[in-house]
Amino acid sequence: MSMGFAHRPRRPVQAGLRRFSRHRFAVVGLLVLLAMTVAALFAPWISPFDPDRIDVAQRYILPLSADHILGTDDLGRDVLSRLLSASRVSLLIGVSAMLMTLIVGFLVGAFAGYCGGWIDAILMRLTDMLLCFPNIFLLLFVAVFVPPSRVSLAALIGLTSWMEIARISHGQIRSLKQRDFLEAARLAGASNVRIIMRQILPNSMTPMLVAAALNTANAILLESYVSFLGYGIQPPQASWGNMLTYAQSEFAIDPWLAVFPGAAIALAVTSLNFIGDGLRDMLDVRLKSR
Amino acid sequence: MGSLILSRLVQAAVLLIGVSVIGFTLMHLAPGGPLAFYTNSPGVSTADLVQMKHAFGLDRSVAMQYLFWASDMLRGNWGYSFFGGRPVRELVFERLPATFELMGLSMALAMLAGTGIGVVAAVRKDSLFDHLVTLWAMLALSLPTFWYGLLAIFVFGERLGWLPVGGRSTLGAGEDIAGHVTHLVLPVGVLATVIAAQWSRYSRAAILDVLGQDYMRTALAKGLSPLRILIRHGLRSGMLPLIALAGLQLPMLVGGALVTETVFAWPGMGLLFVNALSYRDYPVLMALLMLSALLAVMGNLLADIASALADPRIRLGRSA
Amino acid sequence: MLLSVRNLCVDFHGEDGPFRAVDGVSFDLADGERLAIMGESGCGKSSVALALMRLLEGGGVHVSADHLALDGRSLLTLDARAIRSVRGGEIAMIFQDATTALHPLIPVGAQVVEMIRAHRRLSRSAARTLALSLFQRVGIAAPERRLAAYPHELSGGMCQRVMIAMAIACRPRMLLADEPTTALDVTVQAQIMDLLLDVSAESGMAVILISHDLGVIAGAADRVAVMYAGAIVEIGPTETIYALPAHPYTRALLDTAPRVDIGVGEPLPVIPGNVAGAHALVGCQFAPRCDVAVDRCHSARPPSRRIGDRHEVACWVTTDTAGADAR
Repeated sequence: MSMGFAHRPRRPVQAGLRRFSRHRFAVVGLLVLLAMTVAALFAPWISPFDPDRIDVAQRYILPLSADHILGTDDLGRDVLSRLLSASRVSLLIGVSAMLMTLIVGFLVGAFAGYCGGWIDAILMRLTDMLLCFPNIFLLLFVAVFVPPSRVSLAALIGLTSWMEIARISHGQIRSLKQRDFLEAARLAGASNVRIIMRQILPNSMTPMLVAAALNTANAILLESYVSFLGYGIQPPQASWGNMLTYAQSEFAIDPWLAVFPGAAIALAVTSLNFIGDGLRDMLDVRLKSR
Repeated sequence: MGSLILSRLVQAAVLLIGVSVIGFTLMHLAPGGPLAFYTNSPGVSTADLVQMKHAFGLDRSVAMQYLFWASDMLRGNWGYSFFGGRPVRELVFERLPATFELMGLSMALAMLAGTGIGVVAAVRKDSLFDHLVTLWAMLALSLPTFWYGLLAIFVFGERLGWLPVGGRSTLGAGEDIAGHVTHLVLPVGVLATVIAAQWSRYSRAAILDVLGQDYMRTALAKGLSPLRILIRHGLRSGMLPLIALAGLQLPMLVGGALVTETVFAWPGMGLLFVNALSYRDYPVLMALLMLSALLAVMGNLLADIASALADPRIRLGRSA
Repeated sequence: MLLSVRNLCVDFHGEDGPFRAVDGVSFDLADGERLAIMGESGCGKSSVALALMRLLEGGGVHVSADHLALDGRSLLTLDARAIRSVRGGEIAMIFQDATTALHPLIPVGAQVVEMIRAHRRLSRSAARTLALSLFQRVGIAAPERRLAAYPHELSGGMCQRVMIAMAIACRPRMLLADEPTTALDVTVQAQIMDLLLDVSAESGMAVILISHDLGVIAGAADRVAVMYAGAIVEIGPTETIYALPAHPYTRALLDTAPRVDIGVGEPLPVIPGNVAGAHALVGCQFAPRCDVAVDRCHSARPPSRRIGDRHEVACWVTTDTAGADAR
């Protein structure tokens, strides 16, 4: 039974960065993600082959062969090159969908919290309901009507995943509204928009950063689901999700084709989750002192 | 409590209307409209299209169509599938048992196991067990569920050949309980493992939160046994957020198994939805959208009621 | 001697490194005696109380003592079952914020009944009857109805009365009261203190009162132990401590108490500086803030020395001069 009650004496709050770096997994996650981002950015230059080059003479080459480190797929395309090319798409979608969730979620939450009254009640109730809607369902429903592309996919994921952010910013704004400095800003003649931008935004930044990291991870997973079902990134352009679509039919022949895209997704998602945890510890001293 | 339910019901109705209007509008804004699939088919003539439009009521204004659709929906007439012409309600009800079976079983197993594992992990925080649970949850949640489905099919279905890899029963085998169970093992195993991982995180966090509360220290200072403290004092408040969460996951019964059903060719509503998507079978899509919206609404309501019943602070009307 | 504590140390091994919260605390407590532990927040006084109940174990906390005995029985070597019968049965504890110390989802009557039945073989209905009489004893109006109430339906003072009822339910030998009135309104504070003194006098229960409130302590305690940075710097009879404080820290603490004779506009006195951080100091912990410190105070830890009747102080400056006077 380790239900001891360690009433740790209060100590000066450590610098945020030191907290983050003490979270070893978060640092590793950050490094891995940085490495993946750099690889994605320089993919056209570091890819050993053209990711779309078909070579029927070189089909199903196993990993660790001389030319193709990660082997080739059913059309003889180099898996490493495709993976690198796919990471550009998948990471980009992850990040832009995350930005989208931040913007939409913040606007909805801030607007509701700022207005209060029935607007608040309706908007936040809607948010609650959407939150427990399986968002893959919503996403697919809309994805059918929109021609698939990187932009539309990022936008759709963003538009169906903003609810968490809205709740955070709503809560922040409601609590900030109680405080005096908003009244002071209003008395000083600041407009509503100005109040939101200058006072509320910086104050609700911290918990939203945590949600942003987790949303990016979630967006990467959603991309893989949608692409897997054929409503996302279309071939020949590779994405981590659609690489798995083909792996499904080829699983019996060459299971490696499912392993590498899966590993890429797992690596990115795990890193982002760790970064989220690290940010949470860094920002939330209260949690840390448990 | 009564007024709480009433206000939630009004909100629910507003939400359902909202979702249906959005869904309906989307279908009609889509390029080519609801019949886009036929417009692009070479075998369908313009005259056929006009006739189909009339048959499906698509030649009326969108607002009128919505009103007709909504009143039909309320009266239990969910329209007819664009493909095969079968009543949508029949199609959906035919698929419901399969999905409820798969998701109900998976979620029940996952919640039981996940909650238990999470509680033990919280009580033995930082132990080897806790770290292993964290690792498992991390792995389970960092890959799409279908990936585990593919892996399971490959290992247990194709390599080892122990279990059937798809469908709900073997064709021509008739009513066969054992065969039925073997078909359930893989999809339920995959879904339950992943959902339990999620659930263990929830319950671990909830219990950790409770363990840090003042009243748990009081319980220790009273000289109660650790087991009694955990069960009577810890779980009582730790389960509160979990009860609400369970309600909120109700819509997963319909939508949660979408991709898993596809991977395992499980003839449930997820597969129905995915197939309807590829054919743009709008009546079916709309019915499924409304059904999951309804479940979302009910889940929210149930969550509110359950936590109100369990928490005297809400039940007695201090805060609502 | 009811309670005997020698060289009690509490170490926290947190992620910020080790931290010694209690640093060699020693004192005795006689049957029925009331001892106050006085000090600023963070000085380790609450850790002393929790350590006595063995509530600090696990989670990177290490408790050690040369001697820690209740009625001659060592508390440190008791097994889990035995320590449970001590908790609540022989030593009861009440906390600063009674509204959070009570379980929010269990009726307060049931919480008292649970305490009774954990230590005494009583039927449920007998335990309930006892709880009812306890509620009456601690001055809860309409006790029958209050038994079924939840904490959120009661005021802070009422919750503290419930805690007191629970604490005295099993007739413990000793009560640990950790800042029992800090969270309450001033008028309620006095009522609760009166009640505490009343029930302890009635049952001959010893009390350790932990507080930073000089007023509360003055009216309640037979003896006072002054803690600074994890150690007792001075201990003695209440009148002696208040009238003739020997340690510079005690004097400074008494000087900071708001008094009516300070004129309007005059600044309230403060103790300059902050409590030393990681106990890295070789000498007296208070030396950096002390206005009479000499070289020796910075280089060696002063031992606790007796300077009067039951009056001990750990200070080089005071003991040297006092010792000279005594000789």
